[in-house]
Amino acid sequence: MNKIFIIARREFLSRVQKKTFLLTTILVPALIFGFYALIIYFSVKSEDNIKIAVVDKANLFGGKIENAGSDISFEFTNKDTALLRKDVESKKYSGYVFVPADYNVLGHDRLTYHSDKATGLMTQEKIRKKISSTIEDKRFLSLNISKAQLDSIQSDNDVQFTTFSGGDKPSRAGVSYAVGFVSGFLIYIILFIYGTMVMRGVMEEKVNRIAEVIVSSVKPFQLMMGKITGIGAVGLVQFLIWIVLMIGLQFLLPVIFPGMAEQMQSQPIQPGAVQAVNTAKSSGLLNSLAQVNFPLMLSCFLFYFLGGYLLYSSLFAAVGSSVNEDPQDAQSLTLPIIMPIIFAMVIMMKAVNDPTSGLAVFGSMFPLTSPIVMMARLAHGIPDGVTYSQLAISMILLIAGFIGTTWLAGKIYRTGILMYGKKITWKEMIKWISRKN
Amino acid sequence: MPLLELKNLKKYYATQKAVDDISFTLEHGSIFGLLGPNGAGKTTLLRMITGIFFPDEGEIILDGQKFNPLEDSLKIGYMPEERGLYKKMKIGEQALYLAQLKGLSKSDAMDKVRFWFERLEMQTWWNKKVEDLSKGMSQKLQFVTTVLHEPKLIILDEPFSGLDPVNANLIKDEIYGLKERGSTIIFSTHRMEQVEEICDHIVLVNLGKKILDGTVQQVKHDFKEDVFKITFANKLMPEHLATHLFEVKQKKDHELVLQRHVDYTNNDILQYFISKGLSVESFNEILPSLNDIFIHLVEGTKSVTRSFQKVEAV
Repeated sequence: MNKIFIIARREFLSRVQKKTFLLTTILVPALIFGFYALIIYFSVKSEDNIKIAVVDKANLFGGKIENAGSDISFEFTNKDTALLRKDVESKKYSGYVFVPADYNVLGHDRLTYHSDKATGLMTQEKIRKKISSTIEDKRFLSLNISKAQLDSIQSDNDVQFTTFSGGDKPSRAGVSYAVGFVSGFLIYIILFIYGTMVMRGVMEEKVNRIAEVIVSSVKPFQLMMGKITGIGAVGLVQFLIWIVLMIGLQFLLPVIFPGMAEQMQSQPIQPGAVQAVNTAKSSGLLNSLAQVNFPLMLSCFLFYFLGGYLLYSSLFAAVGSSVNEDPQDAQSLTLPIIMPIIFAMVIMMKAVNDPTSGLAVFGSMFPLTSPIVMMARLAHGIPDGVTYSQLAISMILLIAGFIGTTWLAGKIYRTGILMYGKKITWKEMIKWISRKN
Repeated sequence: MPLLELKNLKKYYATQKAVDDISFTLEHGSIFGLLGPNGAGKTTLLRMITGIFFPDEGEIILDGQKFNPLEDSLKIGYMPEERGLYKKMKIGEQALYLAQLKGLSKSDAMDKVRFWFERLEMQTWWNKKVEDLSKGMSQKLQFVTTVLHEPKLIILDEPFSGLDPVNANLIKDEIYGLKERGSTIIFSTHRMEQVEEICDHIVLVNLGKKILDGTVQQVKHDFKEDVFKITFANKLMPEHLATHLFEVKQKKDHELVLQRHVDYTNNDILQYFISKGLSVESFNEILPSLNDIFIHLVEGTKSVTRSFQKVEAV
C-alpha cells in the first residue's frame, strides 16, 4: 500500500511539476474563455455606425424608424436614386432603402436595401428587424388590432409538461438536456485524455526498460495501481483548477468587457410586451436551472468520473504494457477500448432526450458505458430520469466493473510489461488472463 | 547455512521449458557466476530469484526462510540486462525514488544516496537528468541504485556492458568491496574472462537445465585434458620425439605444448627429456579456459537455434 503511494506521488509530481501542466491547465480555460468572449464581443458589436438613407415616397414610416440602442441610424431624404447612389459611393451613407409611392402595407411587397458592398449577416438581420417591426405596427394599425390584443391572442405557453412526481412544477427538459449532455461529454473527454495518459506512461516505462528494475522492488500490480492513482490525482487537481478558473473568469468577464453586459441586454429590441414574455421565459430557464439538483449531479459526476477513469485506465494500462516501440500497435490494440466509449457517447445522446428508454437504461447500467450515459439520465433528476434503485445498481455494477477490469488488466500488465520484441495479439492476451498465477 | 537455495525450480512457458528442474546453493559472501548461452533460461531463473516470476514448481529458500517477494525485496538488489531509468527525472531524485521503492525510509534513502554518490564521485550529477548522461554514466547510476540499500543478495546481469576499462575496474572494485562487507553476488554474463577473474563459483545452464556446477578451479580441473607446456634452456631440440608418451600439439624453437597420453605420468615425460640431455626450464599444466569449456559443452546442443517445443501444461 505504502509503495503504491510512493509510486503515485512520483507520477503525480512528475506531471504537475512540468511546465506543460501549468501551461495546459491555465491556457485551456483561458483559451476557451477567450474564444467565448471573442464570439460574444463580435456578435454584440456591430459594424460601426451604419447610416441608411430612406426615401419614403409612400410615407410608410411617417419619418421615424425605431432605432433605440443601436448604431444603425435612419435618415429620411427625398433625393433621387442616382444621387443617393453617389452618396453611398462617397460613404455618406452605408446604403439606402427606396419605398415606392404605391407600396401597399398589407400586400407582400418587398423593400430593397441598396448598398455598394455586401452587408454582413448580423447587420442585415438588424436592419430587417427594425424595418419589419415598424411595418408590422403599421399593419396592425391598418387592421385595427392593437399590440396588446395581439399579445393576448398569441401564446406559446398553453401546454405545460409535468410528471406525476414533479407535482405542479413544470418539467425542465431543455436545461436537463444541456446539463446532461455537457456532463456526459466531460466524462467522455476525461476518459480519453487521462486514459491515454496512463497508456503513454506505461509505454514509456516499457520502452525505457525501467519496468524490470521497478518490478524487482514492487509487484507489477502495485506499479500499475500507483500509476493509475497518480494520474487520476493529476486529473482531479487539473479539473479543480479548471472549475476555479472558470468561476473566476466568469466574474472577470464583465470587468474585461464592461459594456458587454448592457449591450447584451439591450439587444433584443422589441416592443414592450414581447420583451415581457421574453423575460418570463428566461426566468423560467433560471428556475429550471435551479431545479437541477446540483449537489447530486456534482457528487455523482465525481463518482462516475473516478469509476469510469479507474475502469478504463486499467484497460489502457494493459494495452500500454502490451505495446512494443511501435505506436501503430497501440492504435490497433486501443480500438476495442475506444469502441465502447464511443458507443456510450451515442447512447448518451439518445438518453438526454429520452432518459427512460430501454437503451438508456441498459447503457446506464452496463459498466463500460454507465459513466457517460448515467450523467445524461441524472440530469433529468431523481426519480424522473432515473430511480434510486437504478442508480444504486449502476454504481455497484461500476465498482464491480472496475475491480474486474483492474484484475484483468493486472494479469495482462504483469506479463506484457516484461515482454520485448514481440508483437502481441489479443489471442495471446486472453491466454495470459486465463493462465493461473 | 547457505544464503540462497534453489530446489528443483521449474518454469514452463507455452512453447518452452525455460527452466527445467534447476537446483543449486549459494554460500554467504561469494561471487557466483551464472553462465549459459542466449536463451538458456538465465533471465527466467533470475526473475524467479528476484520474485518477478513465480516458479511453476520448486522452492526458493532465502536466508533460511521461504522466499517472499514482497517482504524480501530489501534483501535483493537486481540489475537486469534490460535496464533503464526515467529519462526526464533528475538523477538524485531518481536514486531516492528507487531506494524508497525498495522500502527504505526517506531519510535513510537520502543518507545512502549521498554516501554512494560521494563514493563514486557523482555528487555534481544530482540535478542533471538521465537523458543528459552518457551510457557509461547511466550505467554507474544504475549500479548505485542496485546496491545502495546494501542487499544481502546482489544480482548483476551483464554489469560491464557499455563501460570503459576505467569504469569497469571501478565497478569491479566495488563488487569486491561489497563481497567483503558480506554481500553475495550473482553475476550473469557471456564474458568468460570476467567470470574467470571474478567468480568463485559457477553454474552453467543450457536448454533450461544445469549442466555444470562447481568452483572455477574445480571445473577447470574436471575438464583438463593433460596438456602441458614445457620450455627448455637450450634451443636445440631433437627432431624426433617419442610418440608413445605424448602427442605434440605445438612446437616453437625452445617451447613445446604436448598432451600426455593416459597411461603415463608427468615424471615419465620429464625423465624422457632429461635422458635426451635437454635442460628443462619450466613445466606447466595448461588448464582449459572457461571459454573453451563453455564452447565444448554448449556446442552441438542446438542451443542457439533452440527449437520451440510443445509443453503440456502442468
